[in-house]
Amino acid sequence: MAHPTILGAGMDLKIEQLSHSYDTVNVLSDISLQVPSGQIMCVVGPSGCGKSTLLRMIGGLERPSAGQVLQSGDVPPDCLNPLTFVFQDFALLPWRSVAGNIELVLEDHPLDGAARAARVADVLARTNLSDFAKALPRQLSGGMKQRVAIARAMAVHPAVMLMDEPLSALDAQTRELLIDDLVGLWMRAPFTAVYVTHNLAEAVRLGHQIVVLSRRPGRVREVMHLSTPLDQRSMADPGLQAAQERLWALMRDEALAADKELAHA
Amino acid sequence: MHDAPRPVPFRGGGFRPQRLRGVGVAVFVVLILLIEWGTRAGWISSLTLPRPSDVVATLVQLWKSGLFFQHVTPSLTRLAVGSAMGVLAGVAVGVMIGLFSLARAGLVPLVAALFPIPKIALLPLFVIWFGIDEGSKYALIALGTFTPTVVATFGAVDNVDRTLVRMGQSFGLRWWSIVRKIVLPGALPGILSGLRISLSIGIILLVAAEMLGAQYGIGAYILEAGSLYDLERLFAGVVILSSLGVLVSWLIAQLEKRLLIWRS
Ligand SMILES: Nc1ncnc2c1ncn2[C@@H]1O[C@H](COP(=O)(O)OP(=O)(O)OP(=O)(O)O)[C@@H](O)[C@H]1O
Ligand SMILES: [Mg+2]
Repeated sequence: MAHPTILGAGMDLKIEQLSHSYDTVNVLSDISLQVPSGQIMCVVGPSGCGKSTLLRMIGGLERPSAGQVLQSGDVPPDCLNPLTFVFQDFALLPWRSVAGNIELVLEDHPLDGAARAARVADVLARTNLSDFAKALPRQLSGGMKQRVAIARAMAVHPAVMLMDEPLSALDAQTRELLIDDLVGLWMRAPFTAVYVTHNLAEAVRLGHQIVVLSRRPGRVREVMHLSTPLDQRSMADPGLQAAQERLWALMRDEALAADKELAHA
Repeated sequence: MHDAPRPVPFRGGGFRPQRLRGVGVAVFVVLILLIEWGTRAGWISSLTLPRPSDVVATLVQLWKSGLFFQHVTPSLTRLAVGSAMGVLAGVAVGVMIGLFSLARAGLVPLVAALFPIPKIALLPLFVIWFGIDEGSKYALIALGTFTPTVVATFGAVDNVDRTLVRMGQSFGLRWWSIVRKIVLPGALPGILSGLRISLSIGIILLVAAEMLGAQYGIGAYILEAGSLYDLERLFAGVVILSSLGVLVSWLIAQLEKRLLIWRS
């Protein structure tokens, strides 16, 4: 069977002057960004600056107060859910097996049994989970659970993956392994992703562009572009270290200021 | 001066129910033996408690004469039919309250008003509405099991992990799929523990209903024994009721074991 690329023709995302407030709280202010197809955009910013809110709006789970999110380009014909989330807390159904959790997102689509089974087998193989198809989530470690969630996201052949701190519930070693997994998956079949994280090392390992948001209300403070191919990025790379330090310098001011505001509130 | 090294004192343990087999049975056995001894020795008068061996003899006789099933079968039927109606309607209404704001706004106060009414007090009314026969008994048990089931069910639906629902939405699952595959299984543990309470209430109401106008049934049997002050038969009836309670609780435990293996 030919490997279906996650991302065929591809879909570009464009965020235009997006602002949002909950009641009186201004959360996001005038955000304009572009996510070209086949690239990963990392979003970093201090706690509570509206990263998750932004991601929910990109994925259509929430409506912005102003501005819009535009999608352009074709969705590949085998794509079942163009904008697909990977959640921080995995969001696996505990009463379904690994394979059952993946089938869940295929069951509402007109796929015949064979096609469905093929998709499940394919994503399980790509995430090295084939041996665990029948296991229940409670039998898996955190890292494995997140791999199941990533497999589930890939099963619908998404045009864009929306990942909200997908690795932050995991320990450092598991995180490293999963970053390598993600890089491997991307190298084999480049996918478009918006990747929210607190971890700057993750951002410089995975991001083609890294967006730094200011403290609340979140504005785009800076957009950093990294051109090193993903598979050549190592933790020892001086260029990446410089990028990470620069990100930290930007973040530290914002985080300090955010803390002060909290103390005064 | 230095003390000799000594082990760190253990402070953990406890606060963790463990399965102790046989203890429950032992408590029953000891209690029954005590009563047997007391009634034989005379320090429990035969007017206070019957002799356990006599109760057993009464039960054996009840079984042999075939009267056992004549009483138990109608009781079980009433319990099954009445509580099936009450529980099914309760789960349906509870899920509606959990899912729809309109149903919640409209029905929660109604359920709160119905819950504390002692349903037994309504039995005369039910007799007029549904007839003196089985209808009024079904209705009493159904209403009695309905309200606790509703409360347990909508609480359980409220407690379903919202991130799972949001996950379902984010994958574009249909509304009905989310309800069937995420909300209902997620609410099942709460619904089942509500079922324990509902069915116990169902047994209490069953006896009450049978005490009012039933020829056969455990309640009728107990009432008759009571009015004759026949303690052996009264207690034989009570033993049957207790066994029914244990049986129901065991059935639900089996159901939980089957359906909730996914719980950690
Ligand atoms: N549904 C909501 N109603 C009201 N306020 C909300 C809601 N969701 C989020 N907020 C507020 O909006 C702000 C941004 O929240 P959001 O979760 O997007 O931040 P975040 O950048 O993802 O934070 P973190 O880094 O902690 O994950 C926070 O101050 C939060 O309290
Ligand atoms: Mg967040």
